[in-house]
Amino acid sequence: MSKKSFRQAINEALRQEMQRDPRVILMGEDIAGGQGGSAGVVDAWGGVLGVTKGLYTEFGAERVFDTPISEASYIGAAVGAAATGLRPVAELMFVDFVGSCLDQIMNQAAKFRYMFGGKARTPLVIRAMYGAGFNAAAQHSQALYPLFTHIPGLKVVVPSSPYEAKGLLIEAIRDDDPVIFLENKVMYDDEEEVPDEPYSIPFGEANLTREGDDVTIVAFGRMVNFANEAADRLGKDGISCTVIDPRTTSPLDSATILECVEDTGRLVIVDESSPRCNMATDVAALVAEQAFDALRAPIRQVVPPHTPVPFATVLEKLYLPDAARIESAVRSVMAYKKAKQDA
Amino acid sequence: MQIAHDILLRSYRSMRTIRDFEERLHVEFATGEIPGFVHLYCGEEASAVGVCAHLSDTDTIASTHRGHGHCIAKGVGVEGMMAEIYGRKTGVCHGKGGSMHIADLSLGMLGANGIVGGGPPLICGAALSHKVLKDGGVAVAFYGDGASNEGTTLESLNLAMVWQLPAVFVCEDNGYGEATGASYACAGTQKARAAGFGMPYFDCDGTDFFAVHEAAGQAIAHARAGHGPVMLHVHLARWYGHFEGDAMTYRANGEVARERSEHDCLQNFRKHVTETSLLDLSALDDIDSNVKDEIEAAVKAAKNAPLPEPADLQADVYVSY
Ligand SMILES: Cc1ncc(C[n+]2csc(CCOP(=O)(O)OP(=O)(O)O)c2C)c(N)n1
Ligand SMILES: [Mg+2]
Repeated sequence: MSKKSFRQAINEALRQEMQRDPRVILMGEDIAGGQGGSAGVVDAWGGVLGVTKGLYTEFGAERVFDTPISEASYIGAAVGAAATGLRPVAELMFVDFVGSCLDQIMNQAAKFRYMFGGKARTPLVIRAMYGAGFNAAAQHSQALYPLFTHIPGLKVVVPSSPYEAKGLLIEAIRDDDPVIFLENKVMYDDEEEVPDEPYSIPFGEANLTREGDDVTIVAFGRMVNFANEAADRLGKDGISCTVIDPRTTSPLDSATILECVEDTGRLVIVDESSPRCNMATDVAALVAEQAFDALRAPIRQVVPPHTPVPFATVLEKLYLPDAARIESAVRSVMAYKKAKQDA
Repeated sequence: MQIAHDILLRSYRSMRTIRDFEERLHVEFATGEIPGFVHLYCGEEASAVGVCAHLSDTDTIASTHRGHGHCIAKGVGVEGMMAEIYGRKTGVCHGKGGSMHIADLSLGMLGANGIVGGGPPLICGAALSHKVLKDGGVAVAFYGDGASNEGTTLESLNLAMVWQLPAVFVCEDNGYGEATGASYACAGTQKARAAGFGMPYFDCDGTDFFAVHEAAGQAIAHARAGHGPVMLHVHLARWYGHFEGDAMTYRANGEVARERSEHDCLQNFRKHVTETSLLDLSALDDIDSNVKDEIEAAVKAAKNAPLPEPADLQADVYVSY
């Protein structure tokens, strides 16, 4: 066990799975880094994220493939390779680029098994970074996990810490279905204790990062950290919160969410994706339908406005949910009194 | 190239099976009993069969919305296919795919595809599997003249060259993408496109089995030998509408009739083998009557086959969930 960054944790998961299974291959733009350049260097970059650094050197050109800037063809190739015996992990750099290869994910990978009568297996992982907070503006900052969650046949992972990232990525690589693995770009340098040995975290099993009696907070990806921060501050004022990290949006651990809401009677959902048809609306609908009687206050969503992600720091700060906004949402559900008491 | 007897017979049988399968679907579709879209491959049989004659189950193909011919040529059984097209539980995809999604991965048939240009990227991946797993296989993308204008196709030509994949890009050029002529929609030429990527180019008359067999043999051998991807441009014509129900008002009077009388791959095959004394016509007549029975049986079985059950609706979305 040692302290590792989010980036290192992901790199380690990739390395260990490649060591374990020769069918695991990597592809993406610049992931081998520096091929064809005038310096004659390879492995210069490890992807624009630096996440795959060292893997080309360790596993070579037979396992780690630089691609042209052709998302449709190489994401499609990853799908085709997965359907024919390999276990590719493709890096899509920014998830925003999915516009260039959505067909390969939505109409090919996601549909094969069902459309072919259960005969296909497409063990594919697509890694991409997501999220606002880097002044990367509208085309490089989106949190598109609801888009993938909407599509039957895909599994969707949003890890909230280095420990989570390693275990969930190993699970993703071993999984036989297509998995979209989304890494919040602001978190790459976050550090925590991460075991050196391989381990996997099952999909569809939420993690309770805080346990309390008053309010349930469901948060996704990086927002889990903000929710924890808010819960800790609120705890000092005697408001105790449960924080749920669902880990995967598909499958979604609805049982844990419902159980916690039954216990606390109050729900705040924190989601950094655009507010219409996102995870917050999804969880709100789930609870409204299945735990209505348990609710002692309206469900509150802490989400960005329905706008593209802005560039200027002041605007981006306004855009993104943070601990303070979560805290005030929790206080507001605690303060809620039913206007009309039962007659 | 001298073609072995058994391959000649098998190829003729495949072409006849495709023809009869499609002609029968044309008739059955008109009764309203077949759900969904059906795109017929009549007139193009020699292309699928001439190419697939060089392939085995360890080779992979990706097909198109006009996929019945590729399926049959790659060995998918007509009974399972017919049942699939009728939406029956006994279909190759248990009635959940239909005409546009027939697949059998155990035969290296990566699926017909409802998305124009869907196949070429997948074939890059299948070719990568063959290369990484060193199984000696090649991967073949069939795609139309219309699909040749999709970015996915053009990207795949480049990617396959960059990765030096054992991939074959078979452009089946029937002159139309739906109602729009290739003469309008395709700028430049397929040959120049291949050259633009530094990719070897072969072409052939797609209504002549022997021409396709010859050109495909060279193209596939190139890819199989590890020399990188190739393009095979097959010139052919479709005899029916884009899909069943299309009145083909965009085609000149007499165009289809001329194709049928002058460029029928089956008639041409019979003529060729008689002229060159390669085969006995009676052997071909036997095949014709066998195939007729086989298609009849497939239709009968499909019509009598059970429908999918309600529980099938939610089955097989994931391997595990
Ligand atoms: C991405 C996409 N765009 C459009 C269509 C609708 N469509 C189905 S087949 C077809 C024509 C394809 O022409 P071509 O590739 O030449 O194949 P052909 O039908 O001639 O065999 C079109 C436009 C589609 N299925 N997918
Ligand atoms: Mg066409």
